[in-house]
Amino acid sequence: MMTMTKPETPATGTPIANSLTAGRLPGSAPWMILGSALAVSAAIFGVVAIGGGTGFNWGAAILVGALLYVPTVWLFSTLVEGRRRAMDRLVTALVTGAFVLAMIPLVSLTITVVTYGLSRFDVEFFTFSMRNVTGEGGGIVHAIVGTLLITGAAAVISIPIGIMTSIYLVEYGRGRLARGITFLVDVMTGIPSIVAGLFAYALFALFLGPGTRTGIAGAVSLAVLMIPVVVRSSEEMLRLVPNELREAAYALGVPKWLTIMKVVLPTSIAGITTGVTLAIARVIGETAPLLIAAGFTASVNYNLFDGRMQSLPVFVYTQYTNQGNPPEAYLDRAWAAALTLILIVMALNLIARLVARFFAPKFGR
Amino acid sequence: MSTATNVIKAKQRPGDRVFSGSAVFAGSMILVTLAAVAIFLIVQSLPAFVATSDDASILPDDFWSYVGPLVFGTVWASLLALLMAIPVSVGIALFISHYAPRRLASVLGYIVDLLAAVPSVVFGLWGIGVLAPAVQPIYSWLVDNFGWFPLFAGPVSGTGRTILTAAIVLAVMVLPIMTAICREVFLQTPVLHEEAALALGATRWEMIRTAVLPFGRSGIVSAAVLGLGRALGETMAVAMVLSASGAVTFQLLTSVNPSTIAANIALSFPEAYGINVNVLIATGLILFIVTFAVNAVARWIVSRRKDFSGAN
Repeated sequence: MMTMTKPETPATGTPIANSLTAGRLPGSAPWMILGSALAVSAAIFGVVAIGGGTGFNWGAAILVGALLYVPTVWLFSTLVEGRRRAMDRLVTALVTGAFVLAMIPLVSLTITVVTYGLSRFDVEFFTFSMRNVTGEGGGIVHAIVGTLLITGAAAVISIPIGIMTSIYLVEYGRGRLARGITFLVDVMTGIPSIVAGLFAYALFALFLGPGTRTGIAGAVSLAVLMIPVVVRSSEEMLRLVPNELREAAYALGVPKWLTIMKVVLPTSIAGITTGVTLAIARVIGETAPLLIAAGFTASVNYNLFDGRMQSLPVFVYTQYTNQGNPPEAYLDRAWAAALTLILIVMALNLIARLVARFFAPKFGR
Repeated sequence: MSTATNVIKAKQRPGDRVFSGSAVFAGSMILVTLAAVAIFLIVQSLPAFVATSDDASILPDDFWSYVGPLVFGTVWASLLALLMAIPVSVGIALFISHYAPRRLASVLGYIVDLLAAVPSVVFGLWGIGVLAPAVQPIYSWLVDNFGWFPLFAGPVSGTGRTILTAAIVLAVMVLPIMTAICREVFLQTPVLHEEAALALGATRWEMIRTAVLPFGRSGIVSAAVLGLGRALGETMAVAMVLSASGAVTFQLLTSVNPSTIAANIALSFPEAYGINVNVLIATGLILFIVTFAVNAVARWIVSRRKDFSGAN
């Protein structure tokens, strides 16, 4: 029978008990305990549901079942395996529980955004702006245009500065300036996004008068948030380039700047692209700085330097906070825009991973 | 002397000068940007520090009595979030580094990172639309049964949009970064230490307790401090989820909640005018200083660990 490989119960008393598995719960025991805990919990909630005439609460049943599992497995393990192994099993249950716990918001958020978002995920939504729209209808063209322009401008500002700074830190930087820059990049990483927005607002208010909100101000605030991320990731990638490659180039008499341009950068370009894409994905969802620096509007605005500019995250926020009549139309637009935003961020993340996987340099290892 | 003359200087070509020059320029742009952030915030805040309720309509009295409750709310919400996020993120990190099957581990890590990709405004929507209604029954149960405990004192909020809900959302948002740091540190535990513990007959938990956790303690601390920095500056989720009244109170479940600096700026700034703008920028400056201090502590812990860690 199957006791040849895995004895279901240690045969106490028989002289040929397998000493390696004796006194241990069989491998299937945790699953059986989990199953019975869930069944008991489901039975309790089923009785409550029938008795109270309310619907069966799936979430609570699973939660209580999972909570029931932890002490039960500890009890069984203590009885069969002793205190130390029981502790081990208890911690295993808790650690796994922590992971499952973190999955709950992710799954719940995904389901909510997709179900609520799909109701307005139609052609009109992507071909209309909110100009002269009250109540139902309308779309997010102005927000998409704004997001693309602002994020694009932020990328144009921060990618050259970020990559050149990382080149300075890796290839040239010695002494106090390099140490200072490294420290300040760390500081910049920690700037709260709203403070970046306040900075951009104050900067442009000084030159263009108070109350000015333009797309370029939003782009500057995003660039403040994006530069440190680009510097960090590019620096890491440049440090991965083997020194032998640089030395080989120098030995052939190639000038330093050409070595960087033709050897170092091409070797690390995949990693740098990944880092830049992830940085864009990070700032494209920023709401607070754009709310302050770029404002919000209902019309399409193609000019970064003149007038307020709508962006997707701010669109979500304003649709939620300034609900009109009927409120469902505004909420539906908010959820659909949130779904669009998440899809864009996910696509950027996916592109970053694919670039990292397919264009990574081959070191022959 | 002779050594100095023997050094062969590389020939400086125009391309070299242009390239290194632009690299230095880009690096110094970072200095300029950060200096500009500090200077602009300070210059714009100066009028606020001496302003009274006569100059700025949002000030109840003077600036410090306005910013005090906000600082309290910011720190209180972040600490609550951290209290929830630390055990969970350590658990997730342990699960990914030491419990999950090797082949699944990187996929699971990527899934946790997905949480970091969700924009904060979406977390705000979710917090209002899903989380707050879901936890409200639990809150009223807590108030009914544990109302004698000061933190859970009633009356319960009818919407569930309390500081505890905001802290839960914050905890979810700082989980990915804390998990990532803890995971990195746990994976750096010397394999020989782990194997030695196992060879002495330790169970997996005893191995983690004796080898992994002592090694990763400073990593956990720095993850916590970095998470605190993130939570302090988080704006939109709190601004949307929390229904704030600006009171200073430790009660978690009532509809009387302190606001946070960042959320207050986001909510008040679009309508602000005159000196009110300067007041809000001044609160932003204080937030900047607080997060700067917190991040500096985190860096200090990380760098101190680098010096005498046995792993290298």
